[in-house]
Amino acid sequence: MSEVIHFHPDDAFKERSHNAVNDPGQRQNFRGAMDFLQAKRRTQFPDQDELAGLRSLGETIRRYSLARLPQLLEQLEHNLTANGIQVHWAENADEANAIALEIARKHKAHTIAKGKSMVSEEIGFNHAMADAGIDAFETDMGEYIVELAGEKPSHIIMPAIHKTKQEIAALFAAKIPGVDYTEDVDELIKIGRQVLRRKFAEADIGLSGVNFAVAETGTLCLVENEGNGRMCTTVPKVHIAVTGIEKVVEKLDHVLPLYSLLTRSATGQSITTYFNMISRPRQQGERDGPDEVHLILLDNGRSQAYADEQLRATLQCIRCGACMNHCPVYARIGGHAYGTTYPGPIGAIVSPHMLGLDATYPLAFASTLCGACAEVCPVRIPITDILVRLRNEAQARPGSADASLRGSGAGRTSLSTVIWKVWSLIYSRLRIYRITSWFMSRGHALSPTDQGAWTRCRTPLQPAPKRLRDLLKERKG
Amino acid sequence: MSARGNILGRLRHAAADALPAPDVGNWYATHQRNEGTSQRIARLRDALESVHTEVHVTTDTDWPDLLLQIAQTKGLHTLLIGDNTPHGALLEARNPQNLQLVRYDVPVEFIRDKLFNKIDASLTIARSAIAETGTLILWPDASEPRLMSLVPPLHFVLLDPTTIHADFYSAITTEGWTDKLPTNALLISGPSKTADIQQTLAYGAHGPRELIVLLCHRKGVLA
Repeated sequence: MSEVIHFHPDDAFKERSHNAVNDPGQRQNFRGAMDFLQAKRRTQFPDQDELAGLRSLGETIRRYSLARLPQLLEQLEHNLTANGIQVHWAENADEANAIALEIARKHKAHTIAKGKSMVSEEIGFNHAMADAGIDAFETDMGEYIVELAGEKPSHIIMPAIHKTKQEIAALFAAKIPGVDYTEDVDELIKIGRQVLRRKFAEADIGLSGVNFAVAETGTLCLVENEGNGRMCTTVPKVHIAVTGIEKVVEKLDHVLPLYSLLTRSATGQSITTYFNMISRPRQQGERDGPDEVHLILLDNGRSQAYADEQLRATLQCIRCGACMNHCPVYARIGGHAYGTTYPGPIGAIVSPHMLGLDATYPLAFASTLCGACAEVCPVRIPITDILVRLRNEAQARPGSADASLRGSGAGRTSLSTVIWKVWSLIYSRLRIYRITSWFMSRGHALSPTDQGAWTRCRTPLQPAPKRLRDLLKERKG
Repeated sequence: MSARGNILGRLRHAAADALPAPDVGNWYATHQRNEGTSQRIARLRDALESVHTEVHVTTDTDWPDLLLQIAQTKGLHTLLIGDNTPHGALLEARNPQNLQLVRYDVPVEFIRDKLFNKIDASLTIARSAIAETGTLILWPDASEPRLMSLVPPLHFVLLDPTTIHADFYSAITTEGWTDKLPTNALLISGPSKTADIQQTLAYGAHGPRELIVLLCHRKGVLA
């Protein structure tokens, strides 16, 4: 890949959203995919009572794990180390990449086979390695497709969800030497398999994410269907796993309900093809598996979310993607418009901690607050409440008690400050309220017809010709 | 201070209130099915077959003949077997003429090319299984390494039907996983697959395209 894609939702968010909703092809791709994923999920939860009970259990496990997070991380580190897995800590993306790079240099590595890992996307792993002359390549079919196209994933579970098979057929024919155009999906997968098999066999290092880390046993659990994750964690001599600090659970049995919720909520599967539990590097006498296993524990803003009792719930996320699959905004603008590694409702609430609220606050407003995301969240994250909180944080006066995040107050403008001050004045003084409402109702016909974004697709707002107070007076009279 | 110290310091500073431990055992106890082995076998089979897996019922003495017959039908030439396994020995004792048995008896570094390019199928044993999700449990070891169930395009698995658990929770508690997890424990539920191209399901993404389970009922004791 030659071009570095900078992902910040800056001022271009509105423009990207506008372009996305005006792209009928993409709209159709996302609508079809969302309908498909929603229907698949529904088939997995025919019993609403079972679903409710399981969600409560999932929420309890995640909240319990977070309540004990520092102890569990230390326990995890202790047990992993005892098992022979080397543990590293990284405060941010640069530190995580530097740790991986040091390991790669130690082993004189030229190539890194990557299993699907959103955390590696979060830290810009591929580009950091490319800058150091190391070829880190994607092996998940969806990730491989978007990498080949020079793009980023548009969905956390199905990275190439925005692409049609025709587009992928054309991409393969153009980018893979000796490949003819074919729309046969089996054939396309076979092509990807052949290309990547050669690369697996030669890779110096394998990189993966982690779905759950079990503190009591020192075990890293990986969930997947394709087998590329198992390839990356078994074939190369060195395996590096990178994960957010929030993924740890205390007991092995705590993983079970979360795993069930994850696969059923994400892709509507009762289970994935593979559940890969890694507790050690290759032991004496064993004939395959990596000689070294490393785990990089990444903070990257998570401890900011942790510090606040309400925002801590953000870290309950098990990355199933159900919130985006059910989000009316995501379905219309797609994943790329968000401009962040994690799109959709979860992206809107987790990204401010990673990139700062100043770079991400528009995402909290890209929601109708319909509540579909919170309704399907398998671990009951109150996503809409957190979105409202982030909206408030974006308007908070810097330095005030309400401004607790990096970038708080970034959405505050002089005009909005004046408007809210006047609003507050009117609504907190009865006399002023009465006078203002009298003038507003009498002068309702003078309301402007152009009311900015509101009137782009709605009729103008007008105060009622008579106040409630006037109507009640008439009734009494 | 180190990144570790900083991160743990920030988390400790936040001082979250302790919460009661979740009771996962209670959830599984109240959702347990009252079923016998035959019902578990039926559930496992249904679930496996729904994800493109062939399930054959045989016995612990007849399975080699069945396997050789399937291998012939599918035109297999090479079969990867473990090193010094009782079931591998049983197959070797048949001295098959049209199927070359290749032992995985050296580190992967010495047979990587052969493993990736010249092996048609592999045979491993499952430790146990899970009826609820149609899942085979494998604990690869020195005799049956990890890549045996991943790299060859076809994977044969021997399963003793008496080892089928109702659910994952029963498997980890009955077998006492917490105290003895191996280097790598695997749950396998069907052949490798992907739906990454326009949500169209395709098998054989990176791992085996075909998974064949031989349910070996005991005549004597399964090797």
